[in-house]
Amino acid sequence: MTRDILVPLASGTIFGAGLTVGGMTDPARVRGFLDLFGDWDPTLAFVMGGAVLVMAMAWIVQRSMLRPIFAEGFSLPDRNDLTPRLIGGSALFGVGWGIAGLCPGPGFAALAIEPVSAAIFVVALVAGMVLVRLFEGNV
Amino acid sequence: MSLLATSLPGFPEAAPVAGLVGGVLIGLAAALMLLGAGRIAGVSGIAARAFGIGSSSMPRAGAWAFIIGLPLGALIVMGLSGASAPAFAGPLPLAIAGVIVGVGTRLGSGCTSGHGVCGMSRLSQRSLVATATFMATGFATVAFMNAAGIEVLP
Repeated sequence: MTRDILVPLASGTIFGAGLTVGGMTDPARVRGFLDLFGDWDPTLAFVMGGAVLVMAMAWIVQRSMLRPIFAEGFSLPDRNDLTPRLIGGSALFGVGWGIAGLCPGPGFAALAIEPVSAAIFVVALVAGMVLVRLFEGNV
Repeated sequence: MSLLATSLPGFPEAAPVAGLVGGVLIGLAAALMLLGAGRIAGVSGIAARAFGIGSSSMPRAGAWAFIIGLPLGALIVMGLSGASAPAFAGPLPLAIAGVIVGVGTRLGSGCTSGHGVCGMSRLSQRSLVATATFMATGFATVAFMNAAGIEVLP
């Protein structure tokens, strides 16, 4: 029970620290990265590169493991199909990301930085998720 | 902190070292989730689970622990660095963007963390396509807003 809480708590805390150090919680920095055809700020490419590099190594380690260190088994996505839903949803997400310069992780992390702004974003984010569930059920 | 403030030739505003350090931390956090708990550190999916939306098998308390950790980590960094809070968009653009991100990440089964970091690093076909798509529409959205003179940040 304790490990079910401690591992995600530690992961979330390190994650939030990384988002903040890397500049993902600064909407101007994020929008600067997305301003590819204007005054481009490449910082987030370094964030993405660093994170992907470490995770690529973690996936190599994972392949030789029978089970995770603190859990009974792996619960990983195994789908490989490209659907209109995946592409349409991702396209929509990118639009929202571009408008305010926030994606979900930094939205939650920013609750400790600019609580009112972050709370507006997070409440709207959850409302959007509920909306999908109301229309489609759980997918 | 001086090293973190190192700049990039040609891009005076870029902070490549801070970006890389932040990225490595994000990667370590996601690695801990994968190798420790056997799960993907995808923020949108875990948030949906915490709020009782979605069908993840992750223990709900664990989902909340991860979500609570995010601002905790930000708080620690802000406290240590003494940096002032950055500027955010106003309530209306934040609300509109939030709803769109919420709908989009549910339909698209993930966001920057799940697809962009965890999925791309295992060369998942779905994540590669999802990441290319949200990057493209993100670029297009900012380009369009700039062309139309729509400013959201002070």
